[in-house]
Amino acid sequence: MKKFLAVLHARNMEFLRDRSALAWNLAMPFMLVIGLAFTFSSGNKALYKIGLIGGIEKLHAVAPALQATQHLQFIPYDDLNLAIGKVEHHQMDMLLDVSGAPKYWVNSSSPNGYLLERIVWGTEGKNFERQLVQGAEIRYVDWFLPGILGMNMMFACLFGVGFVIVRYRKNGFLKRLKATPLGAFQFLFAQLISRLLLIMVITTIVYSGCNLFIEFNMQGSYWTLLLVTTLGAMSMIAIGLLIAARTASEELAGGLLNLLTWPMMLLSGAWFSLEGAQIWVQKLSLIFPLTHMISAARAIMNEGATLSQVMPHVLVLSLMSVIFIAVGAYVFKWE
Amino acid sequence: MSPIITATHLVKHYPGVLAVAGIDLAIPQGICFGLLGPNGAGKTTTIEMLEGILQQSSGTVLYKGEPLGARYREEVGIQFQHTALQEFLTVRETLELFERLYHHTLPIPELIELCSLADILERDTRKLSGGQRQRLLLALALINDPELIFLDEPTTGLDPQARRNFWDLIKLVKSRNKTIVLTTHYMEEAYALCDEIAIMDKGRIVAQGTPEHLLAEHFGDVVLQIPAADGENKLTELGLNAMPAGELIEIRTNRLHDTLQLLINNGVNLDRLRIRAWTLEDLFINVTGKKLNP
Repeated sequence: MKKFLAVLHARNMEFLRDRSALAWNLAMPFMLVIGLAFTFSSGNKALYKIGLIGGIEKLHAVAPALQATQHLQFIPYDDLNLAIGKVEHHQMDMLLDVSGAPKYWVNSSSPNGYLLERIVWGTEGKNFERQLVQGAEIRYVDWFLPGILGMNMMFACLFGVGFVIVRYRKNGFLKRLKATPLGAFQFLFAQLISRLLLIMVITTIVYSGCNLFIEFNMQGSYWTLLLVTTLGAMSMIAIGLLIAARTASEELAGGLLNLLTWPMMLLSGAWFSLEGAQIWVQKLSLIFPLTHMISAARAIMNEGATLSQVMPHVLVLSLMSVIFIAVGAYVFKWE
Repeated sequence: MSPIITATHLVKHYPGVLAVAGIDLAIPQGICFGLLGPNGAGKTTTIEMLEGILQQSSGTVLYKGEPLGARYREEVGIQFQHTALQEFLTVRETLELFERLYHHTLPIPELIELCSLADILERDTRKLSGGQRQRLLLALALINDPELIFLDEPTTGLDPQARRNFWDLIKLVKSRNKTIVLTTHYMEEAYALCDEIAIMDKGRIVAQGTPEHLLAEHFGDVVLQIPAADGENKLTELGLNAMPAGELIEIRTNRLHDTLQLLINNGVNLDRLRIRAWTLEDLFINVTGKKLNP
């Protein structure tokens, strides 16, 4: 424990005294959150999103004109309550259920819902049973906040750990530590906890700071959110450790990290929802810890999801953390 | 004296290269052992196998009769030729970091005193001079009060004054009955510090023993140096083993009295005569056929 704490303390000092890196880690997420909040707050959308229960073929059978209408995007759902929740939060403009007698749900306070309803009335939809729901709109900033913070965490986790260990290996510091009784697992675990503490503190500061003037939506528990983000950060740090476990070249490490960060950035739902994307893309996105962290954080913040509701994400993130740390420690080489 | 560390038939292969070709060593406790050799001779590979940093292809290394293990990590001190430290830490914090990695340590104030670090304790380790940095690295190698200390070219790159100061430090450490294994390019350093040396070439030990014994063994004669202008013409006629060496003529002889008498009898001017003792550098060139390239 003494050795672990010694390495942990030294790494913390190194990070905190590297003022340029520290400032960048703080400034970047602030700039991203604030910049994107202003850029995307207009909420312009080219398509109307309609949730669909019962399948597109059934829709074609009962309302071919509606199904053929352009600029409507039908997103299949199986879970009725989940889909109604999306309409309540203005994340979807309408929900259609054609599995039985056709019905539709629309939010009484949604401008898009209002216009879409009139389009639907111009087709076979005028005979569908109308269900009204109510609920405030989730602003785009509330939707993308978990994504933007998660993405910043991803970069800090992967590059902050991966590059540092590769640098240690390249300049001979790891070789010097190898000559001491310090074990590989003690060293790696100290790196993980050091980075985790710093990331969580920075993320909390950024969230709290932005919250002062943006007032983010928070429907769920902060403790559940903390658990999810901690596990998410831990699993991504563990990936960084795994990549750096043997690599001695910063160029190679950079390439591998980019290879991982770009798909994660695009497919984890940080920037845009994958609802409506190809099924295989949605399945593929589940291999990334960022996807689970962002999905769970959004559910907690915007839908008030409880711990048991986000438990699948929690379990996946825990499992990923354990596997990546174990494999990283197993294949780790000091030189 | 019983050996503190022994190596038996130590071999290290790299793809297409035989870096160390079967070395046997037994280093007695309490001595300073010098490992010398030209670049690429296998010194660092050998020392890193002895340190337990590098896994040998075959052969064994035993510390106090046991294979290298956790006890060895606790009791050995290493100063690598090239190393880096955790950035943004002061000298004091670096000492404290390494102190916590061992069970048994020297008190830090004692280490500070021993390695003359008092004036630079609060300095960022990135801002140390070469000599200060080497003193800190030596302090880190000594922090666990090791019985066996490896110093891999510790004075390379230091100016002559800093190098001699570092020698004093090594002598001080040696006086504490520590065993030191030293690699160096500087023959005068090996001569000043080492009780025993081994010269390596092409992955093998080509000479081993005390410096005095090796010099006596390889050089039974002495060298007389006379300016060429003082006797070049006469020397060629006297049947001596004389060779030009720049502006001097060097005469190698193992019968000093007779040779001097011969020179006097033949009227050679000996006013500027010098007798040069053989050095480890001569020995090195003699056994390896190579000059040292620090």
